[in-house]
Amino acid sequence: MKKKLFFLLSFFFLYYHSLTAVTYNSEPKIFIQELIDDAIKTLADKSITIEEKNAIIEKIALENVDIKALGLYTLGKIRKDLDENTINDYQELFQKYFLKSLTSRLTDYSSQKFEVIESEQKSSNYTIVKSKIAESVKSPEIKIDWRVFTKNPQKPLIRDLIVEGLSLARTQKEEFASILNSNNNDINALIKKLEEFLSS
Amino acid sequence: MRFKKLQVIFYSVMLNILLVVSANAETENECFETVSRGIFKFNQGFDSIILEPVAKVYNKLPEPVKNGTGNFTSNIATLLSIPNHLLQGEMTLAGHATGSFLVNTTIGILGFGNPAAVLGLKNQKEDLGQTLGAYGVGSGCYFVLPILGPTTVRDSFGMIVDNQYLDAFARVTWHEKEIKNMSGNKLDYVGIKAASAVDFRGDNMLNFESLEKNSIDLYAATKSLYIQDRTKKIKNKESSDDDSWGELDK
Repeated sequence: MKKKLFFLLSFFFLYYHSLTAVTYNSEPKIFIQELIDDAIKTLADKSITIEEKNAIIEKIALENVDIKALGLYTLGKIRKDLDENTINDYQELFQKYFLKSLTSRLTDYSSQKFEVIESEQKSSNYTIVKSKIAESVKSPEIKIDWRVFTKNPQKPLIRDLIVEGLSLARTQKEEFASILNSNNNDINALIKKLEEFLSS
Repeated sequence: MRFKKLQVIFYSVMLNILLVVSANAETENECFETVSRGIFKFNQGFDSIILEPVAKVYNKLPEPVKNGTGNFTSNIATLLSIPNHLLQGEMTLAGHATGSFLVNTTIGILGFGNPAAVLGLKNQKEDLGQTLGAYGVGSGCYFVLPILGPTTVRDSFGMIVDNQYLDAFARVTWHEKEIKNMSGNKLDYVGIKAASAVDFRGDNMLNFESLEKNSIDLYAATKSLYIQDRTKKIKNKESSDDDSWGELDK
C-alpha cells in the first residue's frame, strides 16, 4: 500500500512538473527570444503580485540558467581544493543568492523593450546570442550578450550575461575572489558574506 | 626652469613605475588596497551626499536639456579623442571624430545638438590610457583616486599627460592658454567635468542602485567593472572574451 502511494505521488509530481515546466526552443537565438518574451510577459502582468512574478522568474531561471556551473565558475580555482560537502553547501547558498539578486535586478528593468539581434557560435559548447534593450526616455540603448552553453544541443543553458561588454559572471567571480583573497582563501568567509546578504 | 626640471623628473618616475609594474603585474594587482578602500568609502559618501542628489534633480529636467548637456560635454571630449585616434593610427576614427566635432560645433550649435550622429559620424571616446594600452602597455596596479574614482598606473599617467598636452580644452581652460583667441579658466574646466559626471550618474541611476543592492563587496565589483570596461575600450570590442569558462568544462 505504501509503495503504491509512493508511486502514485511520484507520478502525480512528475505529471504536475511536466505541466508547469516551460520548454523553449533548443536553437540558442530562438531559445533566448522565447525566454525573454516569457519573462517580459510575466513582469508586465499586472494581475499577479510581485511575489508571484518573482516565483515565476525564479522557476524560469532554475530551468534555463546553469546555476551550478555559474557557482563553480565564480568560486574560481579554489573549487579544486574543496571537498564535495563544502561545494554542495556553497552551491545551495549560491543558488539562493543568485535568485535573490536576479529577481531584484529584473524588477528594476521590467519596463524596457528587448530585441534579439543575432547569434554567434563560439565553439561546440558555446554560442553568444546578441540582444539589446531599446533606447527609451529613461535610458540609452543597452547591448546584452548571452553566453549560452550548448554542450547538450537539446537543452541550452545560460551561463553569463554580458552587458555592454561587461560580464556579470566575471564581475561576480572577481567579487568573490576579493573576499577569498582577503581571508586566506577561507570559503567560510565567503559563505558568511552570502548568508549576510540573504538575511538582509 | 626649475618647474620644467621637476616635470621631467615626475614623468620619468611615472614612466618607470608604469614600465616596471606593467612588466610583471596583472590588472588584478592592487597598489595599496587598504588606502584605496578608504578613498572608495569617501567617494561613496561624496556620491550619496552630492553627486546622487544632484543627478536625481538633473534627471527631472526636460529631455532636450539633458540630451543637450550630454551632447555638449561629449562634443568637448572629442577634442581629446582626435589626437589619441591619430596616435593609435586610427585614421578613419580620427576623421569621424574631427567631422563629428566640426558638424556638432557649427550646425549642432556649440555641440548641444548631435547632427553628426544622423550623418553616421562615429564619436568614439579615446584617451592616452587607451592609446598606451593599444600599444601593449600593461595597466599596472589598480587604485582609487578621491572624487575621480577608479584608475590604474597607466590610466592616471595618461590622464596627466592628456591634461598637460593632448586635450585642447584643458589647455585653454585648466592651463589658461589662449588658442586662436579662445580663452577660459579652471572653473570652466571643472564645470564641464562636473556636468559630464552628473550626466553619467543620471544616465546610470538604476545601474548604480542595482550594483549597490546586489554586491557583497562593492569595491571589488566596481574594480572588476572598471578593468573590464577599460579592456573593452582598448580592444575596441563589444563582447567579452573569457576563456576561463573552458576550464570548467574539462
